[in-house]
Amino acid sequence: MAKQVLVEFRNITKTFGSVVANNNVSMQIYKGEILSVLGENGCGKTTLMNMLAGIYYPDGGKILIGGKEVQIHSPKTAFEYKIGMIHQHFKLVDVFTAAENVTLGVKDGTKYNLNFVKKRIGEMCDRYGFHINPDKKIYEMSVSEKQTVEIIKVLYRGADILILDEPTAVLTPQEINKLFAVLRAMRNDGKSIIIITHKLNEVMEISDRVAVLRKGEHIGTVETSETNEQALTEMMVGKKITLNIDRTKVENPTDRLFVKGLNYTNQEHIKVLDDVSFVARSGEILGIAGIAGSGQKELLEAIAGLQPLDSGEIVFHRPKKNLPVSFYHKTFHQVVELAAMGKFHYEDGSKVDLTGMSKKEIRQLVNDGKILFNEDDVMNLRDKTPLQIRELGVRLSFVPEDRLGMGLVGNMDLIDNMMLRSYRKGHSILVDRKNPENLAEKIVSGLEVVTPDLHTPVRRLSGGNVQKVLVGREISYAPTVLMAAYPVRGLDINSSYLIYNLLNKQKEEGVAVIFVGEDLDVLLGLCDRILVINSGRVTGIVDARTVTKEEVGLLMTKTDAGKEEKHGTED
Amino acid sequence: MEPKIEQNNPKPKKRFELPFHIVKRSNLPLKQKILIYAAALVGGLLLSALICGEFAGKNPFSFFGLLFKGCFGTERKRWLLFTETALLLGTSMALIPSFKMRFWNLGGNGQILVGSLSAYSIAYFLGSKLPEGVLISLMFAAAVASGILWAIIPAIFKAFFGTNETLFTLMMNYIAAGLVLYCRASWIKSGSGQFPTLSAGILPKLYNDKLITILVFFLLAAVMFVYLKYSKHGYEISVVGESENTAKYIGINVKRVILRTMVLSGAIAGLVGFFLIAQTGQGLSPDITNNRGFTAIMTSWLAAFDLPVTVLTCLFIAFITKGMEQVRSGFGFTNDSISKIVIGLVYFCVISCAFFVNYKIVFRKKEGK
Repeated sequence: MAKQVLVEFRNITKTFGSVVANNNVSMQIYKGEILSVLGENGCGKTTLMNMLAGIYYPDGGKILIGGKEVQIHSPKTAFEYKIGMIHQHFKLVDVFTAAENVTLGVKDGTKYNLNFVKKRIGEMCDRYGFHINPDKKIYEMSVSEKQTVEIIKVLYRGADILILDEPTAVLTPQEINKLFAVLRAMRNDGKSIIIITHKLNEVMEISDRVAVLRKGEHIGTVETSETNEQALTEMMVGKKITLNIDRTKVENPTDRLFVKGLNYTNQEHIKVLDDVSFVARSGEILGIAGIAGSGQKELLEAIAGLQPLDSGEIVFHRPKKNLPVSFYHKTFHQVVELAAMGKFHYEDGSKVDLTGMSKKEIRQLVNDGKILFNEDDVMNLRDKTPLQIRELGVRLSFVPEDRLGMGLVGNMDLIDNMMLRSYRKGHSILVDRKNPENLAEKIVSGLEVVTPDLHTPVRRLSGGNVQKVLVGREISYAPTVLMAAYPVRGLDINSSYLIYNLLNKQKEEGVAVIFVGEDLDVLLGLCDRILVINSGRVTGIVDARTVTKEEVGLLMTKTDAGKEEKHGTED
Repeated sequence: MEPKIEQNNPKPKKRFELPFHIVKRSNLPLKQKILIYAAALVGGLLLSALICGEFAGKNPFSFFGLLFKGCFGTERKRWLLFTETALLLGTSMALIPSFKMRFWNLGGNGQILVGSLSAYSIAYFLGSKLPEGVLISLMFAAAVASGILWAIIPAIFKAFFGTNETLFTLMMNYIAAGLVLYCRASWIKSGSGQFPTLSAGILPKLYNDKLITILVFFLLAAVMFVYLKYSKHGYEISVVGESENTAKYIGINVKRVILRTMVLSGAIAGLVGFFLIAQTGQGLSPDITNNRGFTAIMTSWLAAFDLPVTVLTCLFIAFITKGMEQVRSGFGFTNDSISKIVIGLVYFCVISCAFFVNYKIVFRKKEGK
């Protein structure tokens, strides 16, 4: 097949301040192909495509379309050149229907006629194998449906070149298959499709050619049939790298955190958490899988004491059994009281009786570590604030999804961010910045955080480094439960694996790890058990070692499918 | 790859193109930042000089002479300059803690005014009955307490009901002004209809009547600097201001921080109100704050809520205000609108130059040679 060059980039350069997003990039896009633009986060792949879509304007170099140099000033100009982009974050009007969104802003000289629009949408759907109800409002749609609307919107404007930015990031395996079928149909129809992605398996599955970018430079474009995942990774990262997660066996797991029947209905009367129950065990990683927004965030925040609940129990078992009591957690008075209640035993198993002993003798026994607890501490964490939870002595670490908006303060430097957890220590009214500084130094050197110095505001760091700072801080408090929500989102391959290894190490040290993830391959490879959540309801807790990706995908959409059927009969 | 083809006219026909585009700067060195601000300042003053000279029909360059004469011409003027600076600094310090917390306290005027009102009314009614020391202490306590009251009301509504604090604090200003007018109407039955100057409850002279005000507010500035930058409270204020979610996440009681900080804000505003009365014993009026509650918004904002820089911005505003009084009489302007215009102009220049601190303009190079 003779390949016709449709778009050509020539020596494109784009800088943001001192950051070079694209440096001298030259590449070509053919007619009727699926081209993957592959690269790690921050390598400039989206920036490059934004210049084609008229969002940015290059600082240097030329864009040629059909052999002619063009100046693309705006998305509107881009449409004149038949280029359309589907952004990672959809740009739709929530209260409009699909058809209204599609026709919004189209100036083709015809009268506003929704029936005509719907007819054309119907034609497109038949042609490429979409399914969409043009009268459905956007806010009622699933992510996959919204994406379909975005694609139709672009096609409706007559685009022959479609750019999709991370189209599979929020889709289930089944939805991804559907999308890929549509993309193939469009390619066969002569359209050029560009997919911006960092997922290797998808690149191998869908694309005809792969263009690899690294640190703003175009490393090379290869035919997919002539390459493999390992070779592509090396192009992406610039060095050899192994892509295996070491999953160790779970060693004597103990039930640590009991979550029973959590219910929460939000202000819009939507049930966000619906009778959620599970147990997190020490020494294992419990994965939480689900479509984005299925209640994962609320679940973790409820455990962390940030989310009020309608009903349910969160019970924590603090490991105490056979450990010595200390005056660090208990006062002298409490020790005597607990002893009288028979809560302690000696090493040989005999009961502790402190009656008749002098204060000095009791202190001696406690300080020598002779008095041991009979049972674990059972604590109810429901309706406790994060501070109360900490004051109970529960070491619960939480890496929230919103790193700079919740876990860290973007405008503060590394030291002040370390202080978030520790600033209350001591009786002085002034803060101690010395210990946080030491901790920051330790994290920077231990986790190889790239930062000019400790006084740089964390928002200036790259996503991976921000996450290292956050995870490093949360792990530094030797947690018994560690919760992490999407801890590798937006991270490059190296940083991602560093985080996986950190989580694994915590697991080996006996921490109960709860990991909310979106990449099913990672969830299957890293976790011991996977809890699948769907619209706030637990649809299954499965063994990650034996389950398949498709099974998890089905659990993720179980009730959604039922809903769709209902809609079908109504129409 | 095929050889480059030079094209004679690469631009599509109709489109108009700006010859430049705007690029965000990453980090400007401090020196250049200062240079940009200084240039804006000089530019603003030059512009003002030209406008004033044009209106007055006088040599515009005499403007600068008058400006300096108004601030440094006599010893009294120098003292007045620094008193004004101190009062502005005091008001800024009342606003900065709340601003750092992203609590947009526009009620500085009202909080100062109720402070003045309380202090004045105590001196007015009890002046002849109490010994001077007790009287002044009472005035002080009443001023601070009423300042706190005026600040805590919007804070309570914000903390517990999520009420918009901007409008709330702003409206409290008008209530305070109305309250002063009401008191005047009901207490002063005869004569001028103005509050008389006080004969008791005046702060003792320390070298002169102004030094004590200057000392108090500059010392307070040092304390506040430490409080905001190095104390646990100050740290909590910053966290709440930067991100309420983070504050909750680490277990800061956001409501308590809002209330506590607004108590501090109100107390300092009340203190300013106290000094306005007790420094010279001047009669109360709704204009006694001289709009410092709003001027201080500019001084603290321009300094990015950094106290040492706030000292400079307060000095600068005091300099323009006092200098313009001289320019006004020297140029023969009959009302004081012209000084407001000048302050506005200079401010306009200084604020808009922030654009050049954050962005630079890059001119498009001619392509194809």
